[in-house]
Amino acid sequence: MPDMDTLFLFGSNPTEGHPIVSLHLKKALANGAKLVVADPRKTWMARRADVWLNLKPGSNIALLNGIIRVILDNGWENAEFISKRTEGLEKLRAKVQEYDLERVEALTGVDRDKIIEAARLYAQAEKSMIVYGLGVTEHQTGTENAMAIANLALVCGHIGRPATGIMALRGQNNVQGASDLGPLPATLPGYQSVTDPQCREKFKKAWGVAIKDKPGLKSVEMLDECTKGNFKGIFILGEDPAQTDPDLVHVRKALESVDFLVVLDIFPTETTKYADVILPGASFAEKDGTFTNGERRVQRIRKAIEPVAGMAEWEVISRISTLMGYPMTYSHPSEIMDEIASLVPIYGGISYDRIEQKGIQWPCPTKDHPGTTTLYTDLFSRPGGLAQFMALDHQGSAEVPDETYPLVLITGRIREHYNNGSMTRRCAGIAEVVPEELVEISSEDAGSLGIAHMDWVKVSSRRGEVQVRAKVTDRSQAGSVFMTFHHQNALTNVLTSEHRDPITGTPEYKACAVRVEKVS
Amino acid sequence: MNELIKMKINGMDVHFPKGKTILEVCRDAGIYIPTLCHDERLKPYGGCRLCLVEIKGRPVPLASCTTPGEAGMEIATESPKLTRLRKTVLELLLSNHPNDCMCCEASGDCSLQEMAYLYGASLDRFQGEQWTLPIREDNPFITFEPNKCIVCGRCTRICNEVVMAGTIDLVNRGFNAIPETAFSKPRSLENCEFCGQCVSTCPTGALTDKKGRGKGRIGDVRKVKTTCSYCGTGCNFYLNVKNGKVVRVTSDLTAPVNKGNLCIKGRYGYDFIHSPERLKTPLIREGEGYREASWDEALTLVASKFNALIKEHGADKVGGFSSSRCSNEENYLLSKWVRCAVGSNNVDNCARV
Ligand code: SF4
Ligand code: SF4
Ligand code: SF4
Ligand code: FES
Repeated sequence: MPDMDTLFLFGSNPTEGHPIVSLHLKKALANGAKLVVADPRKTWMARRADVWLNLKPGSNIALLNGIIRVILDNGWENAEFISKRTEGLEKLRAKVQEYDLERVEALTGVDRDKIIEAARLYAQAEKSMIVYGLGVTEHQTGTENAMAIANLALVCGHIGRPATGIMALRGQNNVQGASDLGPLPATLPGYQSVTDPQCREKFKKAWGVAIKDKPGLKSVEMLDECTKGNFKGIFILGEDPAQTDPDLVHVRKALESVDFLVVLDIFPTETTKYADVILPGASFAEKDGTFTNGERRVQRIRKAIEPVAGMAEWEVISRISTLMGYPMTYSHPSEIMDEIASLVPIYGGISYDRIEQKGIQWPCPTKDHPGTTTLYTDLFSRPGGLAQFMALDHQGSAEVPDETYPLVLITGRIREHYNNGSMTRRCAGIAEVVPEELVEISSEDAGSLGIAHMDWVKVSSRRGEVQVRAKVTDRSQAGSVFMTFHHQNALTNVLTSEHRDPITGTPEYKACAVRVEKVS
Repeated sequence: MNELIKMKINGMDVHFPKGKTILEVCRDAGIYIPTLCHDERLKPYGGCRLCLVEIKGRPVPLASCTTPGEAGMEIATESPKLTRLRKTVLELLLSNHPNDCMCCEASGDCSLQEMAYLYGASLDRFQGEQWTLPIREDNPFITFEPNKCIVCGRCTRICNEVVMAGTIDLVNRGFNAIPETAFSKPRSLENCEFCGQCVSTCPTGALTDKKGRGKGRIGDVRKVKTTCSYCGTGCNFYLNVKNGKVVRVTSDLTAPVNKGNLCIKGRYGYDFIHSPERLKTPLIREGEGYREASWDEALTLVASKFNALIKEHGADKVGGFSSSRCSNEENYLLSKWVRCAVGSNNVDNCARV
């Protein structure tokens, strides 16, 4: 990664969200790479950027269309790459004609000169790389936002060569592994569709049970059904939707309505309050297993101490299953991994003895396969092997500011805490340096609302309100405020909206309309 | 760039790619050279003069950490002259070093101690002025014992070169040089990331992890290599375990993703494990509150309740949420449980982030 010429950071704040990834990026900058940052907030990286595109929340597509337009107008595109490896440029060209700089300036709030400079820095460099984060995906147009980024990389042919490409940074530690291994309603482990008879047959043979051919309900849908009295039993394994999901009022109603709720966690959480049975979990130090990181590297966790409550999750699930009449008789997690390897081709060559020293990156189909290190070599896996340009339109956020709720709330993470904070808040020192939730607000907005640094304020949205203290900072621009969701005593997600990306189900955590008032 | 060239080290032929320093070539070949100011994560510095080697045809020994390997070089990494020079360097350092190994947090994990032992350096060959600076404990994570500092600059370089936090720098000159924050301000979130990289690179007991002090030195702990459970970067590190307790996290310099670097959560976010607030037994709702139950009772209740709901309302009314905080194996099992024991496809990641 360090030898790229231009780094384009899009909706990602790696010094806070992914500190170690940010070290690699910082190294690239130290080696002279140019930096373009698209972020509504003045982050560490934005401060050091050659160009900071300070876009309004929710205007990603307009900005990208504008940049692509500048590239095409100036003939900075990679014509050879486009003709050999892609199709559909004309549709995109026609679409971006609708995005002249005047319109883009109005939609995004970014000066045209900066847009031109960003386009030049990205397009004209030999090797440019895009790193994007949840600021791209946590919108109702999350999928389209990611496609718009792919458009940009394809137009310039910055893909498939060393120090180019697109890298997505996601949030939680094992979000990759959790998607890979099948707790998804439409796919069996390893992205094998429940609608594919061959896949069903394979799993039926291994598991001895016929698999239903209709996709199940997504978590949101299960919760929706609960509120209607149509869903009866849920087992929640180590998650805290009553703090971390958006639109908490709705989530709580669902958890209240379901007949039987079992929650497994290592601490009491907002969600365990609704449980009929609470089961104690084991931390990562108390069990053997694997995590898969953001670059698909399957790595070991190891049991360093006995489970505090006597049992690890894999034993708990096995015992419940056995008691329900479907026996699971594993004596160690390595046996579960062996079973995964036999059923999931991308994990086919993974076993504990192979990853004892160093993890392996999937796809790793066989025991003698070394794993796959280059990302995106298969981006062209569409029939015909050509990447397709997508003509996309600016749609904005589902909820936009108005007179009653004039500010945009962006939610996100800070480096010191993690998700619902149940772990980090209980760590000496961390609790001391970041003891409470703060709403970050620009000095302009603070000034016009009569709010001083560390004043108590009430933040309210159409769904609820919370009281927190204000941090007046130039990290926020006028018009938007920022909060995390790490603190149980200020449940930020009471405010966030129910809108989601319809394709992935990802909530629009990055934009909802709020009002901030001083409380005396 | 990957053209292999050859040199002789201690009489042995060694092939190596052009562009490596003599130190790197030796380390790759498994040949020991003592170092104090070197860390693979940092640019070569050439400050401590411990890594000196003799090169045939060169009048004086050179620092192997800053000298590039060249084709045809003939190198000696040990000789009576080198031993004498290294011993002198060490004895000069020891002349201004508290004789505190028995109580020092870093004992057993200190390069100065290790090398003094290796070269038989004596504590009192040079009598000189000694620092008597107070111990600094002005932040929640890092203890600084300035008297143990050998001014190798590793902490300040890692903070500036790798973390780019710019928290500390070497101030003053000569005998009084010392790593320090701007205006001697205590480290706080305003000026420090609390990543502990400086601690991880310090070769002595000058910088140590405050939370682990007194809880077990390197020789008393079992080191268990694992992967961070916070974000999706997948950093590796060692849990240091003593008497069934995690007392500290230390770097794994061979980790493919993070090369020994960690953030505040990975390095200092472990004590939740032993929090008194952990759930320690299953709880069953009773009236307005909960009562403690045995695993047997709780799991039997869970299983029979789910079975009854499935029987009465159908498998499609029951499901599970899995967690991206759980392991691959657990996620797989939950998926299998919903599909086989429940009989539906109602299984999902909770929040898709
Ligand atoms: S903890 Fe990190 S940021 Fe702070 S002084 Fe040490 S290296 Fe620098
Ligand atoms: S504190 Fe440690 S790392 Fe820093 S200069 Fe002193 S001895 Fe070197
Ligand atoms: S140490 Fe920090 S950056 Fe590394 S995986 Fe853990 S939380 Fe992420
Ligand atoms: S390690 Fe070479 S001079 Fe210190």
